[in-house]
Amino acid sequence: MTPLNQKRSRRSGARTLLLGVAALSTFAALGCGEPPRVKEAPVSPPPLPSENGLKGVAEFAQIQDETQRSLALFQELGKVISSPRCVNCHSASDRPLQSERGIPHQPAVVRGDDGFGAPGLPCSACHGERNFRNMPGAPKWSMPPLEMAWQDRTLGQICEQLKDPQRNGGKSHEDLIEHIKHDPLVGYGWQPPQQLTPAAGSQALMGELFEAWIDSGAVCPPSKP
Amino acid sequence: MTIRLKVNGKVHDVDVAGDTPLLWVLRDHLGLTGTKFGCGVAQCGACTVYVDGSPRRACVAPVSSVGNKPVTTIEGLEGPEADAVREAWLSLQVPQCGYCQSGQIMSAVALLKKRPAPTDTDIDHAMTGNICRCATYMRIRRAIHDAAGNLKK
Repeated sequence: MTPLNQKRSRRSGARTLLLGVAALSTFAALGCGEPPRVKEAPVSPPPLPSENGLKGVAEFAQIQDETQRSLALFQELGKVISSPRCVNCHSASDRPLQSERGIPHQPAVVRGDDGFGAPGLPCSACHGERNFRNMPGAPKWSMPPLEMAWQDRTLGQICEQLKDPQRNGGKSHEDLIEHIKHDPLVGYGWQPPQQLTPAAGSQALMGELFEAWIDSGAVCPPSKP
Repeated sequence: MTIRLKVNGKVHDVDVAGDTPLLWVLRDHLGLTGTKFGCGVAQCGACTVYVDGSPRRACVAPVSSVGNKPVTTIEGLEGPEADAVREAWLSLQVPQCGYCQSGQIMSAVALLKKRPAPTDTDIDHAMTGNICRCATYMRIRRAIHDAAGNLKK
């Protein structure tokens, strides 16, 4: 079993143990004659294969040293993080960027107090819940706060930001995994309109890599370039 | 397909494809030509309407996305902010050719609803998406300040 699968298995095992204790307690409370059968731990689906320029988790299994594996996983995540589909809204100013070249957004819109645009000109004035022709769209289209900027930052700096609850919106590791795996606005990165290049891989694969990175100790590359 | 829309308080049934831009439905099917076609790609603001009270560029809003949400166009714009803006626009003779002005007014009223006493920066941020080829920007700014002042009275 690879170290990654061992960790995943340990999580499942702990969950099964808890379920078993709960089931036995219920059985005792009800005074029944025969203990219920404890369900088998759910079998984790096999890791997703490499896809669209992003390596699958299995590609990292041969790295025995956990720190080195964690670093390699985050380097791989960097392929997505550095995509214009992500950086354009994680800009280092109040104005988002656009296109493959990351030029300043036209019109000169701003983040606003809540990330949803300026009073009188919300992001939703143009960006609907879905793409429409060449107009990008996703539910809750908005900019992250400035402290979550990725533009012009090293992968190490972005990594430290991601882990810091003061700069990641108070998110725990579990919150981050959930956000990356299921947030539709994150998912937009792989479903832009036709004229824009999707981020590498897929949201599901990014989620698996991110979870594997967390499980391997969430080690960050050096912050300095 | 038949799509039911509530525009300026009236219910309309229109027979259009769901991906028809709301702008075409307003202008070509409902005859509400106050909302203008400028660029067709949300770069000029001439087609600004409200969907559920929030500004929306009608040229990039598929009609199917509107659902039950009420639509307001320049023809149905009302309320104290709208009255104040109309008065200021007339008083300062803001329009030149006038083509962009329905979009400008929709955005100005949307701003005043959120910021009754906007700063120059607030005005820049709210109005940056509305282009005026006659460059009436300075009069628009003054008119928004005047309208804000009139709202306080």
